[in-house]
Amino acid sequence: MSGIIAQNSGRHTGLVKASSGGGAVWNLIETLTASSSATLDFTSGIDSTYDEYVFKFINIHPETDQTSLLFQGNAAGGSGYDETITSTGWQAQHSESGSTELSYETGSDQAQGTAFQKISHELGNGNDECASGYLHLFGLSDTTFVKHYISKFNAYRYNDYSQTHFSAGYFNTTSAIDEIQFKMSSDAIDAGTISLYGIS
Amino acid sequence: MTGIISDNVGRPSGLIKAASGGTSTGAWTKIKTLTAGADSTLDFVDGTDDVVLDSTYPIYRFSFINIHAETSGEKFTVNFRDGGSAYDATKTTSYFLAYQDEAGSGDAALSYITSKDLAQSTDAQPIAQDTNVDNDASISGYLHLFNPSSTTFVKHFISNTQSMTLSSGNPYSYQAFVTGYCNVTAAIDGVQFSMSSGNIDSGKIKLYGLGDS
Repeated sequence: MSGIIAQNSGRHTGLVKASSGGGAVWNLIETLTASSSATLDFTSGIDSTYDEYVFKFINIHPETDQTSLLFQGNAAGGSGYDETITSTGWQAQHSESGSTELSYETGSDQAQGTAFQKISHELGNGNDECASGYLHLFGLSDTTFVKHYISKFNAYRYNDYSQTHFSAGYFNTTSAIDEIQFKMSSDAIDAGTISLYGIS
Repeated sequence: MTGIISDNVGRPSGLIKAASGGTSTGAWTKIKTLTAGADSTLDFVDGTDDVVLDSTYPIYRFSFINIHAETSGEKFTVNFRDGGSAYDATKTTSYFLAYQDEAGSGDAALSYITSKDLAQSTDAQPIAQDTNVDNDASISGYLHLFNPSSTTFVKHFISNTQSMTLSSGNPYSYQAFVTGYCNVTAAIDGVQFSMSSGNIDSGKIKLYGLGDS
């Protein structure tokens, strides 16, 4: 390799040669930054382009203590974030004072519910308290199968625990999902960013 | 935008302009996608059909998109090739899951599954709960394989799948966590996915190489 391409090897900007195996894999679609936001809505860029979408959450800080981060989807052509979900939720946590717990979290699951799905549990709203993590969504444009998701977060919980929260499940619909909304269980998302990537 | 760059907009290969704003395209490289069509196995073999599974990358990721089984109640499995042509690497693994009944019967829990782990076995490793052949049922998720080319260490893998499955005739959401290692110091140069019986009716498996810089 020589010339401009060689000079840019390993760089993220400029003129580069796509990888021989098929090019960029993580494709940033949109980043939303919260600022006392009631909701953060991703209403474009979710379609049949990618089989897998990933949301990355950086320092999600709630306005109100002990509130949880939630999400829901809207089917293409639908009018609300109210898809039917069956899901699981569990946690591993360790308090700053040394207590530990591994448990299934019945308040984080749904059985054919249409509520917003919890993906991070009872965040603290102290100045340095927040949650970060990711959410994978598979086959959202498919019209044959249900739509699976897998999420994992670490949060500075309101009661001073480091909590890892796992959730997974499916939108029990064969309709395509083309919009995703995030919000807190009460009040606003005070700060933080959510980035949406398409995985080619 | 003009010239070669313009010509290549939206293309996955050739000479392209990196994303604006300094956005990293990540250290992932897509290597191969296999699409099932009533296949007994889906095999990724280094050096075959453009598959790379060697020292090029320290980590490999397999993504599962809507894997649908031909036969109900079977297991979606993985096995590894550690020399020769057989997928029979010795493995020691763990398997646990979280599940929830669609009916909301209260049958929801976190559970270790002793029937699906392996202790120094060459059997194929289940990576999802028992299959459901309902038209809308499927398995999605991923598996990471670490440093398969090492000839010094065992080869670790970590899998996380989410499926809609049947248990006692009822649909459930199952998230399975499977981890373990191939207890061999020979390089792993092939990975095979299959059902414990019957075919993989449909679905995609994508192989990525994850760079370390």
